[in-house]
Amino acid sequence: MDLVTPGFGLVFWTAITFLILLFILRKFAWKPILGAVSDREEGIKDALASAEKARAEMENLHADNERILQEARAERETLLKDAREMKNKMISDAKEEAQVQAAKMIEQAQAAIESEKKAAMAELKSHVAGLSLDIAEKVVGDELSNKDKQLKLVENMLGEATLN
Amino acid sequence: MFVNSFNVRTFAANLKQGIFKPIRMKINTLKNIVLSTLFIAVFNISFASETKDGGDDKKFDPKDMIMHHVQDAHGFHLWDWNGHAVSLSLPIILWTDNGLTTFMSSAFHHDDSGKEVVERNGAKFVKLHGKIYQLNEGANTVAFDDKHHATNASKPIDISITRNVFMMWVSVFVLFLVFITAARSYKKSENNVPTGIASFIEPLVVFVRDDIGIPMIGEKRYKRYMPYLLTVFFFIWINNIFGLIPILNGANLSGNIAFTFTLALFTFIITTFSGNKNYWQHIFWMPGVPVPMKIFLMPIEIIGIFTKPISLMIRLFANITAGHIIILALMSLIFIFKSIGIAPVSVAFSLFITVIEIVVTAIQAYIFTILSALYFGMATEEAHH
Repeated sequence: MDLVTPGFGLVFWTAITFLILLFILRKFAWKPILGAVSDREEGIKDALASAEKARAEMENLHADNERILQEARAERETLLKDAREMKNKMISDAKEEAQVQAAKMIEQAQAAIESEKKAAMAELKSHVAGLSLDIAEKVVGDELSNKDKQLKLVENMLGEATLN
Repeated sequence: MFVNSFNVRTFAANLKQGIFKPIRMKINTLKNIVLSTLFIAVFNISFASETKDGGDDKKFDPKDMIMHHVQDAHGFHLWDWNGHAVSLSLPIILWTDNGLTTFMSSAFHHDDSGKEVVERNGAKFVKLHGKIYQLNEGANTVAFDDKHHATNASKPIDISITRNVFMMWVSVFVLFLVFITAARSYKKSENNVPTGIASFIEPLVVFVRDDIGIPMIGEKRYKRYMPYLLTVFFFIWINNIFGLIPILNGANLSGNIAFTFTLALFTFIITTFSGNKNYWQHIFWMPGVPVPMKIFLMPIEIIGIFTKPISLMIRLFANITAGHIIILALMSLIFIFKSIGIAPVSVAFSLFITVIEIVVTAIQAYIFTILSALYFGMATEEAHH
């Protein structure tokens, strides 16, 4: 019967000892151990999540890079196109300019020639007039010495000049 | 056998227990087989030896020896040397009418029959069958009635540091040493990586959390109960192990009903105080059944409140004590036969049982803890209708 009768002394000491054990282990063992374990689990979870995030970011970055490259390529393309256009335009502009310039020069040359021609003509005329006058003087002087001939000439001229 | 006294509702509550039931059953069946063969053997042999030696020298009484070993004692009796007992004496603390009285157990000079009278603090004490008695006023020796009970002495309140209390403190010291060292090692390590002793401790702690706390109580509320569950688990386990160490002379703490009673009482108190509305409703006014059934179920459920911790108490006590009794009985065979020839058989059998007992140390600690957790889980479960 002793075997199945709880003795008071042992109940007393077990209760006290167990409570002390519980409080001390709770404070100095279970809290730090469970805290460390759960912290580590959280840490692993976080690390996995951030690794996943980093992977996604890497993917994004890769996509970004691809896009930037694409854009750069497109930009180069447009730049080249622009340059080509510019070149063509410059060439055509230059050509036009040259044409205009040439036309202008030709015109000026023509004008100069014309004026030169006019001047030459004027000089020629005056020269011719002088010569004519000289000739006429000589002819007149000669003619006037011959009255008959004079009269005949007037006659002829009058005859030619139809009086209408 | 009361070892099997498992609560039916407990089983229905969780499938998980189905895992350890077969193991326990197997062990119990084994125990039963070994025990019954042993009983037959002991019975036959005691007959034989009785007829043979006529008995001038003191007859070996296995029951006496076994009971002496599985029960508590005031002091460690280590071995006999030249007819003298070599022992470790422990303080005896008594609460008498004259107040607190303390003396060492060596004052009794290993007497256990009430002959040696120790006078302290104006009172006379004797030790009789492992108990301390205080003699009544005026008496100088113990008087016995025909059933060998003391007639002129009373038992004072005995809060002595018995060998069980002593071993309990040793176990507490070991627990402090192991777990506080483990807890400290986390602070030293980087990223909370377990190092040293913590790497042995952590799987066990995580096991208690993930396989006992969380499944039985639930993710939401298990944290409150973890310190209790962990403490109970390791406290029972280490004392189960200590009980198996032969040189400690059967400091059978976890096989002592006072110890299991106290732990079961804590489980009972925690269960009762953490019981929510839903828990009490299921006890006093079971929802979802007709009124006559509610009335019928109420007393059953009220009894159930108490049978749960009582089953905890008896299960641990009976399992551990049974293991000790088997091993001691097997060893007794040598003395019963009075032959060294039986020793190999005894040793082989008791080795076999000891190996099983080593498994039982962990299983019983696990069962006590998981059932405590289950009761807490039942007490805090939310209504789910």
